[in-house]
Amino acid sequence: MENMKEIILEYVIEEYCDEENDDVTFDTPLISGGIVDSFSMVSLKRFLENKYKISIPDADASPEAFDTVNKIEVLVKRFQ
Amino acid sequence: MAYSDKIKEIYQNQLKGIQDAGLFKQERFIHSSQDAEIEVEFPTGSTPKKVINVCANNYLGLSSHPEVIKAAHEGLDTRGYGMSSVRFICGTQDIHRELENKVSEFLGTEDTILFPSCMDANAGVFEAILTSEDIMISDRLVHASIIDGMRLCAAQHDTFKHSDMAHLEKKLQLHANKRLKVVINDGVYSMDGDTAKLDEMAALCEKYDALLFVDESHSSGFIGKTGRGTHEKCGVMGKIDIITTTFGKALGGASGGCVSGRKEIVEMCRQKARPYLFSNTIAPVVVSGVLRVLDILSQSTERRDKLEANTKFWRKGLSEAGFVLKDGDTPIVPVMLFNAKLAQDFSKDLFDLGIYAIGFFFPVVPQGAARIRTQISAGHEMHHLEKALDAFIQVGKKYNILGKTKQEIIEMYGN
Ligand SMILES: Cc1ncc(COP(=O)(O)O)c(C=O)c1O
Repeated sequence: MENMKEIILEYVIEEYCDEENDDVTFDTPLISGGIVDSFSMVSLKRFLENKYKISIPDADASPEAFDTVNKIEVLVKRFQ
Repeated sequence: MAYSDKIKEIYQNQLKGIQDAGLFKQERFIHSSQDAEIEVEFPTGSTPKKVINVCANNYLGLSSHPEVIKAAHEGLDTRGYGMSSVRFICGTQDIHRELENKVSEFLGTEDTILFPSCMDANAGVFEAILTSEDIMISDRLVHASIIDGMRLCAAQHDTFKHSDMAHLEKKLQLHANKRLKVVINDGVYSMDGDTAKLDEMAALCEKYDALLFVDESHSSGFIGKTGRGTHEKCGVMGKIDIITTTFGKALGGASGGCVSGRKEIVEMCRQKARPYLFSNTIAPVVVSGVLRVLDILSQSTERRDKLEANTKFWRKGLSEAGFVLKDGDTPIVPVMLFNAKLAQDFSKDLFDLGIYAIGFFFPVVPQGAARIRTQISAGHEMHHLEKALDAFIQVGKKYNILGKTKQEIIEMYGN
């Protein structure tokens, strides 16, 4: 099975990046770095919930918790 | 009174934070009416200076048009100043309904409902027509008022990459099982001046049985052969289910907005949209002015034609001078400078030369995409544009950016 971080990174690049900003790594700031706006974050949350069969309460789906792929992995594991 | 020192300090700290981040907004006082030339007091306290305005949404130059002013006077004389009521109690005059009908005719829609502003139209429409079984799929660059409207609505939401039709189609497939799907976008994007691919969107909406929503605030009155908007330009008049637009930009520039489109959707807004139900509508004096604006625009395309010619001159002039522009053909012409400080300095130097244009930088536009956004008007005469172009070239030379690529400018000034 592919590593969770890589799956998330792949989704982030495909969903949010274009040629100009596809050099995203596991600890690139996504939201505070302006790559993902907080309103568009919802598709990432939906992806994680479907892929890992979890439910992330809105209160935990904060921009801070979603700010890097590393942090997202921690968040997903918390709800697995 | 409970405005303690502690509370006061909380606000003072927040304001200081805004200031320290360089995001503190300051108004500049204009001592004249809105026009191609205005008198601006800047910095505050200084003697007002006459400058050419290239940053207003006064696309058709109607904000201070004598006929519009005259119509407004007549409205004031015959229908009074205020309504002192919301629409459904005793705040609807014959001219409100007349304006709704005229807007429907102008935009080629079934019906229209006025709102106090387009901000209010966008804030109210989604909640009025959607439930939690539905999905709103919006372009990532839609206007802030649309985002607010979506946040106020119980429907689910998703976004697609700006103007990326393949991504939109993927999202329509992903959400195929929702009760209602609404695709949401701006007709013309106010920061970049690019136009939505409404023809492709309309086709996708048809294929996936989705409603199509367009905010035409930066298009109504001048985009398309007869100025009806982006839907006219893209050949999809009659295929847009929901249009919102403002009377606060090209259409006289005073205030007010509307939702225009399918009859049932407009009626749902009349029954349920909160900014319509709980706020006074547009004042009679403004309604009378907008009615005259629509008459002027229905009689002749002279003004939008002049705007188109002015825009061509301006884009060509800047581009030949060697500025980096955003592609497009709308009167919104962003001159790209990439660096925030350069954009601010450039704007100051232009002002010294008698040209009023504002720098935009993060977070209004993406990091590293700072710019001077210029907006052309049918109110500009050739001598205004020539003088403005000269000033841009002079300042462009000062900073040595003419003929330079994006990469070269970023190397010189950072991003
Ligand atoms: C795309 C868009 N929609 C809506 C609005 C709001 O218009 P109004 O001034 O009528 O509230 C604006 C104004 O900035 C806008 O640019």
